[in-house]
This record gives sequence, structure tokens and C-alpha cells, in this order.
Amino acid sequence: MKIHEYQAKLLLRGHGIDVPKGDVAFSPREAAAQAASLGGRVVLKAQVHAGGRGKGGGIKVAADAVEAAALAEKMIGMTLVTPQTGAVGKKVRRLLVEETLEIARELYLGITLDRGRGCPVVMACAEGGMDIEEVAAKDPGAILVEPIDPLLGLRPFQARKIAYFLGLEGDQVARGVALVSALGRMYEAIDASLVEINPLVVTKSGLLVALDAKMTFDDNALYRHPRIRELRDPDEEEPLEVEASAHSLNYIKLEGSVGCMVNGAGLAMATMDIIHHVGGAPANFLDVGGGASAEQVAAAFRILVADPNVKAVLINIFGGILRVDVLARGLIEAVHTVGVKVPIVVRLEGTNVEEGKRLIAEAKLNVTVGDGMLDAAKKVVALAQAGGR
Amino acid sequence: MSVLVGASSRVVVQGLTGREGSFHARQCMEYGTKVVAGVTPGRGGQKHEGVPVFNTVAEAVSKTGCDVSLVFVPPPAAADAVLEAADAGVRLVVCITEGIPAADMVRVRPFVASKGARLIGPNCPGIITPGQCKVGIMPGYIHKPGSVGVVSRSGTLTYEAVAQLTRRGIGQSTCIGIGGDPIIGTTFQDALALFHADAETRAIVLIGEIGGGMEEEAAAYAKATVKKPIVAFIAGQTAPPGRRMGHAGAIIAGGKGTAADKMAALAAAGATVLKTPAEIGETVERLLGATGGGR
Repeated sequence: MKIHEYQAKLLLRGHGIDVPKGDVAFSPREAAAQAASLGGRVVLKAQVHAGGRGKGGGIKVAADAVEAAALAEKMIGMTLVTPQTGAVGKKVRRLLVEETLEIARELYLGITLDRGRGCPVVMACAEGGMDIEEVAAKDPGAILVEPIDPLLGLRPFQARKIAYFLGLEGDQVARGVALVSALGRMYEAIDASLVEINPLVVTKSGLLVALDAKMTFDDNALYRHPRIRELRDPDEEEPLEVEASAHSLNYIKLEGSVGCMVNGAGLAMATMDIIHHVGGAPANFLDVGGGASAEQVAAAFRILVADPNVKAVLINIFGGILRVDVLARGLIEAVHTVGVKVPIVVRLEGTNVEEGKRLIAEAKLNVTVGDGMLDAAKKVVALAQAGGR
Repeated sequence: MSVLVGASSRVVVQGLTGREGSFHARQCMEYGTKVVAGVTPGRGGQKHEGVPVFNTVAEAVSKTGCDVSLVFVPPPAAADAVLEAADAGVRLVVCITEGIPAADMVRVRPFVASKGARLIGPNCPGIITPGQCKVGIMPGYIHKPGSVGVVSRSGTLTYEAVAQLTRRGIGQSTCIGIGGDPIIGTTFQDALALFHADAETRAIVLIGEIGGGMEEEAAAYAKATVKKPIVAFIAGQTAPPGRRMGHAGAIIAGGKGTAADKMAALAAAGATVLKTPAEIGETVERLLGATGGGR
């Protein structure tokens, strides 16, 4: 799960890390009021779950409250297109209004899970404000990677090493050590999978302030963080994906015309791949899971055909725990209740497959049966292309 | 003839009395697996599915000599269940549970290693040595004893591959589902090392997916060490970056973990890398034929 910058900054502040003074604004009036209380000159930052906002016109500086209101008027409701949003862009609904700072240096500090090492790592770079992945690709030596021992946690000597690597001097060192240590404790306390301060700035008065912040949480750990769960913003998600998650289905909307319903994440990805391989494009990723009920199958079907781009549907099931006859019953019921207009290709394999095939044949649906994954993919792509014309 | 589990494996099921635990323990026993104990705190002294239940894994080990654990404990308590099994001296812990926080697994892994135990999973279908022992949730009947080692991050995609092999009369030595999470106990490289050392395994099927660098690591190992033919497929060649594709570990992050990188690394290591999973069976058949059979 992702959260907005202003929410991430509230969490940082709660863990003793300095952030610029400011608050979220949902309207030009609120933006003006905040600018006034911050003393006039402010920065307005569009709050969407995507980076690169400055390039798309999502970050503006206002000299006073009047200009803040005028800028907010333009920014709230705008569709922000950045390198990370794709061409469709994201609608801006909230702004962060913040004081401006006198900046001496920009640094990078982040913590993320290193899958190879099997533990979180702190990443630090004395040059902040840029894409850390680009820096890593161009000049890996510019980044210090410090693993956090799973049993010991982030130790003070490591925080000192990072502070000196960042080129902090004098009083800044102690502030840096405190900040790095706080960030390490926070990462663990909130079950993050990424916390990133980019840039972390050294102000002209020598203070360390998180000028931007990004956080991602481990979805598997959200059950033990009810207050973080509340920070979820459904406006930032695809509506069909929100509905799918309410039914415990894994659905991701894509751009193509072949709707897919598959059991198992690996098989679902492979189904997308094989559709591409035979010249089609999947409209979605949809994993109904290992033990889907008839209700879930029906919900999955409803979500699948709610996408207007879908011209044909491929159902690819390898029945293990999910018996093929159970799936067939759910499918028949779904087709009857949802009233599907597009052609369907099914490819069924596994437990009770004969019974499943018999049920579908008897139901006399507008369904083509595929013989193996490749044949099914070819058939559904042909149907989707015929339907698209 | 196999790796990690065989006819003599004695299995304890943690979470035996739950719905999933009951169902799959019964399926395992019907396949022929020796399920000798169950563990559910507070249910010690009872029998469930004809199996004695204990309050702790330590007690199950001392009373039954179980050496393999199959974990069906729900996510909030699953990491603790794995620690308990490793602490009790169980040598192989197979954790089926999906949805365990990554931070929990980060702590579990070094502890399990410190006890000399091996963890498979979590978020996996388990492990099966066809005809001998099934420790997991895979449909047993699709498997056939033989000489192909299968290792995969996926469940149903593995069944797909196995069914293709069996349909062609090609059996499997052992099939290991290593799991779809970012932090798992047994990696592709670990599995390759086991199959490399197993005299009866003549070819290896590796089914990876996007996310992380485990396939690349395995490729480097295979290039240096493994002489047996490897057939590889990587799922998610068309997955969009930055999205988690069902599995917690299946995500292209910061341009890393793409299928293209993994396929290139495996091909450079001499593996036969396939574009679709539909060709797994025929490709293995061809390679085994070239090396003098192996059914």
C-alpha cells in the first residue's frame, strides 16, 4: 500500500524527524489560509501516488496567500501527467501547502527490503533530489548500502557511518545519527517495505529536514496496523481493482482486449504472456486464487466484463484445490446472472475436469473450449480481434 | 531418487485441526505420506483425522520422531510456528501459509539456519516426491515417479508443467514449490544444488517469475556447477512495472527483476529458456531423448 507525501511526513514527524511546516489542503480557500498562517511564501505540492511531479507542473511556489489560492484553483482538479503516471495521468484532489526553506545541501536517505540479502538495507547518497535508481546505475559507488541485521537492528555505529558518508559536519553529525536511527526504528515499527526521504536537506542553519517523503507498506502486515490502513486513498486506485480487493481477488487492469480469469498468480502471468505471444493483448491480470468459491468466480466475472475494452474472455483453470466442476458451476451461474455479451474461451485442466466440461457442454453457453494453453490463447485472440473490428 | 522428502519422512502438521490443515493432511495421507503427528495448542491428547495431536512441536518430536513439518497456521502466528518447528529439531519445515509479513520472515530465516533446519516457502504449494511422499497442497495424481526435478515459485503453473511431463510419460524425482513471497527459505540456487547432487535427477525444470534476483543468482550457480539440462520459463514477461502480480514477491521495482533479465541470465548459463509454458513437456522430452532417455 502507498500513501501520500503529507501522510508520510506526519508519520516522520511522529517519529521525531523534522519536516517543513505545512498541512494538506482540499480547496483553494484552505490553501490560502495555510499560506497566511505560514507567513506568505509557500510551496504547493500536488498529492498523487506518483513521482516526478515537478516535471508535470505539480509543484508550484506562491509568494503569498492570494497567489496560493490562485495556484490551488488551477492545481486542484487538474490531471497531472508525470513519467510515473503514464499518459492517462492522475487527477489531483489534494495539495500539500508548506513553508519554503533555505537549502544548503540535498541528500538521499532510504530504507528498503533487500530480497537478496534477506534483510532491510539503509541506502544513503550525498547527492539528493535525483532518481536513486539512475544514480545506482551510473555510479554505484556514490551510494552507501548498509544492511540492518534482523536480530540486532540498526546499530549506532552504522548510523554514524552513514552520517559521515553523507558529509555531515559539526552539530549536523549528531542530528544525522539521531535521524538515521529514528528512521530505522520507524521502518520496523510501521512494517514498511520502503521509506525514502529524497531529498533530505541540510538547511542554511544546519538543520536536517525531510523535504520529500515516500512510503510503501507491506500489505501482508497491514492487519496489525489499523491506523496505517486508514491512510489508504481509494481515489488513487483503479475502481475495478478496489472492487476486486473487496472480494479478495487479485485484479490488475491493463490496456488490452482479452479479459483473463486464471487461478494462481504464476499461471495468470503466464496466461498474459501467452496471449501476447500469439499476437493479442491482455485486458487484465486476474487471479481468483486456489480456493475460490462460486460467489468469487461470479464477482470475478462481473469485474472482468465491466471493462469496456474487453472483446473476448479467456478462462484458464488448472484445478488443484479449486475443483474444475465447482468452477464450472460458478461460471455457468455468473454467465446467466451477469449476461455476458462477449465470446468466452475456456481451458480447463485438473481435478474433476471431465465433470466440469460436461456441465459447461450441458449449459449450452456461448463458450469455446480450448485444447491446452496455446490453442486457447490463439482462439481467444482471434475472437477478440474479430469483435474489435 | 529424490531430494528432501521420501518414503521414510515422518510428518507433523502444525495447524492440523484447522479447516485447511485437516483437509490437506487427509489428502497427504491418502497419497501415502506418513503423517504421524499434529500440533494445535490446547488440543494436546486428542486425535484428529486419526492422528495424535500435541500441544507443542517439541512434544510431537519426542513422542513420534517426526522430522518434517507442514505448516497451515494463519499468517499472524505462522512465523512463530516455523520458529517452533526449527527449535524442536525438525529438519525440514514446509510453510504453506500465504500472507506472512516480510519483517517476520526476515527474522525467521537466520534462526532456522542457526538450527541447521531448512525452510521451504512460505506461500508455496509444498514439496512432493512422487509415489513416496507429498508434503503440500498439490494434486498428487498428476505426478509420476521419475527423473525430472521441478522447482518453481508458482503453484498452478507448476501443476501445468508437471501435467505436461506426466502426459508424455516423463516422471519427476521431486517437485519443490519454493513460494511466491519476497523472503523465502529455500531459493532456486538451493534447489539446483540439491538436484545437482541427486544422482537420479537427470534434468531440471525451473519456473521463475518477475521480481527479485533469485533466478539470476541461480543462473550464475548453474553456469559454474550444474551439468544437467535445465528447462526454464519465467512468468510475467508482459507484466507492467511497479505492480504486484498476485504474489507478494512478483513485482518489477526500480527496473529490476524483469523477465527479460532473468531469461537472458538463464540462457547465458546454458538453460533452454521458453517463451511460453505450453512447450515445457515437449522440450524436456527432447532434451532427455538427446541425453539417452531418462523415464
